[in-house]
Amino acid sequence: MNTLPGPLNDNPRLDLWVSFPEAGKVAVNTGRVELGQGVLTAMAQIAADELDVAMTRVTVRSGATDHMPNEGYTAGSQSIQFGGLAMGQACADVRALFLDSAAKVLGCSADELSVRDGKFLRNGAATGQDYWTLAGAVDLAVNASGQAKRKAAADLTFVGRSSARTDLPAKLFGEPVFIHDMRLAGMKHARVVRQPNRAATIGTIDVDAIRRAAKGPISFVRSGDFLAIVGDDEHAVELAGAAAVNHVTWEHVETPTPLQQEANWLLQRPVVDRLLGSPEPVDAQGKQRFEATYSRGYLAHASISPSCGLAEFRDGHLTVWTHCQGVFPLRGALARMLKLEAKAITVHHVQGSGCYGHNGADDAAADAAVIALQMPGTPIRVRWRREEEFIHEPKSPAMLVKVRALVDAAGKPADWTAEIWSGNHNGRPGGGNALLAGYALPDQEPFPQAGEVPEAVGGGATRNADPLYDIADKRIIHHMVTETPVRVSALRGLGAMPNVFALECAIDELAERAGVDPVAYRLSIVSDPRARAVIEHVAAMAKWQANAPGGDGRGRGIAFARYKNRAAYSAVVVDLEVDDEIRLRHVWCATDAGLAVNPDGAINQLEGGIIQSASWVLKEQVRLDNGPASLDWDSYPVLKFSEVPEIAVALINPTQSDMPLGVGEATAGPTAAAIGNAVSHALGSRIRDLPLTRERIMTSLLK
Amino acid sequence: MAAFQFTVNGKPVSVALDNEETPLLDVLRNELGLMGTRFGCGLEQCGCCMVLIDGQPEKCCTKPTWSVAGKHVTTVEGLGSPERPHPLQQAFIDEQAGQCGYCLSGILISAKALLEKNPSPTRSQIALALDGNICRCGSHNRILRAVEKAAAVMLGDV
Ligand code: FES
Ligand code: FES
Repeated sequence: MNTLPGPLNDNPRLDLWVSFPEAGKVAVNTGRVELGQGVLTAMAQIAADELDVAMTRVTVRSGATDHMPNEGYTAGSQSIQFGGLAMGQACADVRALFLDSAAKVLGCSADELSVRDGKFLRNGAATGQDYWTLAGAVDLAVNASGQAKRKAAADLTFVGRSSARTDLPAKLFGEPVFIHDMRLAGMKHARVVRQPNRAATIGTIDVDAIRRAAKGPISFVRSGDFLAIVGDDEHAVELAGAAAVNHVTWEHVETPTPLQQEANWLLQRPVVDRLLGSPEPVDAQGKQRFEATYSRGYLAHASISPSCGLAEFRDGHLTVWTHCQGVFPLRGALARMLKLEAKAITVHHVQGSGCYGHNGADDAAADAAVIALQMPGTPIRVRWRREEEFIHEPKSPAMLVKVRALVDAAGKPADWTAEIWSGNHNGRPGGGNALLAGYALPDQEPFPQAGEVPEAVGGGATRNADPLYDIADKRIIHHMVTETPVRVSALRGLGAMPNVFALECAIDELAERAGVDPVAYRLSIVSDPRARAVIEHVAAMAKWQANAPGGDGRGRGIAFARYKNRAAYSAVVVDLEVDDEIRLRHVWCATDAGLAVNPDGAINQLEGGIIQSASWVLKEQVRLDNGPASLDWDSYPVLKFSEVPEIAVALINPTQSDMPLGVGEATAGPTAAAIGNAVSHALGSRIRDLPLTRERIMTSLLK
Repeated sequence: MAAFQFTVNGKPVSVALDNEETPLLDVLRNELGLMGTRFGCGLEQCGCCMVLIDGQPEKCCTKPTWSVAGKHVTTVEGLGSPERPHPLQQAFIDEQAGQCGYCLSGILISAKALLEKNPSPTRSQIALALDGNICRCGSHNRILRAVEKAAAVMLGDV
């Protein structure tokens, strides 16, 4: 029987995970990449504890296709919950191998030995042996056994205590840590002239006009409908790239309209249907019916920096640098698109700005690779223009969710249906989808229709649509809309935000119908003790007063979810004021993340999730107006410093669990729904469509 | 080709440009190798490229280089170093203010400009002063606390 944690099972060789490169130093490799979420720091904490070395000895290397574990994507709040488990077990196995070796050298039993900061002690006394004296004798080119015991929570030194982020100082001193800052000898800058849509083909190119706009030397690279501008001077290339938008004509251009930006446009589209759970009862069985429809538009990742990628093709080998979430899947997609063997490609991860999901990173790397292949020996750097990122990054799909419930005599839901219309959340390369350049290049194999993220990893559009409440019968009806007006893929939490918004607003509506306070109502229908604990804790933090009167422009709301019904539990309370717009005042959050490896790091992630979700709910929707209309920070505004509420986050671990639960996406859904519930409390009427714009508030006030 | 002289972090520099409209941001990053000032939009909307020009905070992604001739430019690299951090940089470390960190260079510069004008700003004055800087990761409250803390340190209150 194999008991290895998943990623270690997939990459069992211990030397993929741990090495002792020089005296006093430990290097560990993780397949997870730093996206601003602090994963490298957490991995160092885990490794330092399991190996019994100081954290300062540990270097965490991450995200390359050579000599590194393949852990797929860094996504879904799974890095610590699963990747950390693999790292910990690998380190524990390595420590055990070294203890055996030390015991042999010292002629004693391994039980007599302990490790302190990398040195082996025998019954507490120095032995002169350490990891580095023994490194030559211990073969790590062996598979993990998974037999070594992990440390008990009480014996942990670093895990469970807040640790300063190891990557932060370099960023504060302006060091060249980002992929955007990489400069290779002989490198040229490039910009791509993007197809407006997949089917578009190049009509005419006014080369002279583009050259004039560049005000400096540039050259063109073309392959089919892939057109790029290359040069030594980045400013000239940037000017040319911007000008080319007006000097290249396209055929087969689609022009999406404002109607298509709305979630209810999805209702008339071709769909693939699924039923998860029992068929919906036709008869109400003497119970009250409840039905309400909630929606949300398309959202942009809107990373602060546009995507960037570098590539060099030399001696038949392609090297690519990217800030994407999965270097192995990108390598596979590049191999397919460029008709190279995977082993002829090396992909390195270099940090970019926060991505929150699948943004343009993979595509920018692919752009650079396409150009590099045409210019062997010349390193190529592509940096997207701001507008290019807004238009072409994959968006989080608009979703429409109908909630239907049968309510028993006590006012509690006895039967629950979530009926969902959504594009899919699975546009990543590697899932059979194309890199953007792939739609423009000639001779590409047709791409299979993308399927939705499987339920086994939490689902996409269905994520968190299944309430954790005690409801006798529940189901999800999923209509996957196969064609969407904008390119769609994974954004933080996938369907969890719209689904939790729908579900937790519906719960408030049911509480109101039952005449029961929203906190008391939730507690009356949830028996999972960890769920109860976060709800009770956040209510205490916010000094929740049952049945507080609303309707005077000040409102308070609560919401709860367990992310994916298998990661962290979070409950959120929001205080706000509404006149013609919404001002957030306070947010309280209680989260049970089990054993938080780096508590302050987890809180940082939870706070970030709250603010980002607040921004989505209050401001964000991708606009279409005979083409893309969200092009920059003016046409796609996000929450500003002066609009951010006070936030208090408490991490609780009521079951004293020693298993970490992922937190990165845990607050997105509860925050959205708590805002929705607070607005309804403040106005005395409910808005079920996001974002909560001024127009929607006005319409609601007139009702 | 035209040449322009100015100072960056106190050091005189001279750059020769084919296109004298080239933004200061490109010159800092591509000619002078100072990568701390980041590109975010090129549209004066996000604040990633904030520098001080003769002490005034300015977005330099659209600032023609000719316009800074003879002036004094300060970038994040001029604030402090790991050995001698500026109180703002130390406060950001103390408060763990940042996630991806891409926005931080510009925010540090905006905060420095604020504290020079107003050494003891209120929380809402800090927030308003940072409204020209976008942080997409949601590190706002930590950043506000860090600026408050730096202000206190610089006033000798701590
Ligand atoms: S890069 Fe200058 S303001 Fe965005
Ligand atoms: S920390 Fe990522 S944008 Fe501010």
